[in-house]
Amino acid sequence: MIPDELKARFDKEIQGNKVVVYMKGNALFPQCGFSARALQLLQPLGPVHTVDVLTEPGVRDGIKAYSNWPTIPQIYINGKFVGGSDILGELAERGELEALVAAR
Amino acid sequence: MKPELIRDRILSALPGSEVEVLDTTGTGDHFEARVVSPAFVGKSMVDQHQAVYAPLQPELATGELHALALKTYSPEQWQKWIERTRSPK
Repeated sequence: MIPDELKARFDKEIQGNKVVVYMKGNALFPQCGFSARALQLLQPLGPVHTVDVLTEPGVRDGIKAYSNWPTIPQIYINGKFVGGSDILGELAERGELEALVAAR
Repeated sequence: MKPELIRDRILSALPGSEVEVLDTTGTGDHFEARVVSPAFVGKSMVDQHQAVYAPLQPELATGELHALALKTYSPEQWQKWIERTRSPK
């Protein structure tokens, strides 16, 4: 269960940005290798909206509940949950990531 | 956590799977796992990963298990992966 206010914030954030990464640290200073890797894969494809779960109390556990996903980073593309850094890496390896970002 | 415990948990949640778990840092909190399971047939990657995370939820929540890098495959996907990596260019 997450507070309505937080859920509304996630809804808005995810619908309002093409690519959203909930991560540890920010784009300049990722605080975790998995978050850094996710950014490396996404940044060449266009603007990435990042949310630092370490500086926003409530968001870290909130996004885990919202996505039903226990780990950070979490990636949303075109309003849809894509998964964590493993799935992102797999999509990149298969050459499917670019099309996913380009689609609308 | 011991890699054997992670393996056992995944196996009881996904019987008949092939599971390999590696402690990547030697510190008992960062792991890598490969899971090949008949239960993954027709499932999205998100669903496949959620099925592996589920039996480890308590430790993931407390941070005792900090990272679990996953590679998940249905038996057919795994077979294809093997063929792909084997075939000469």
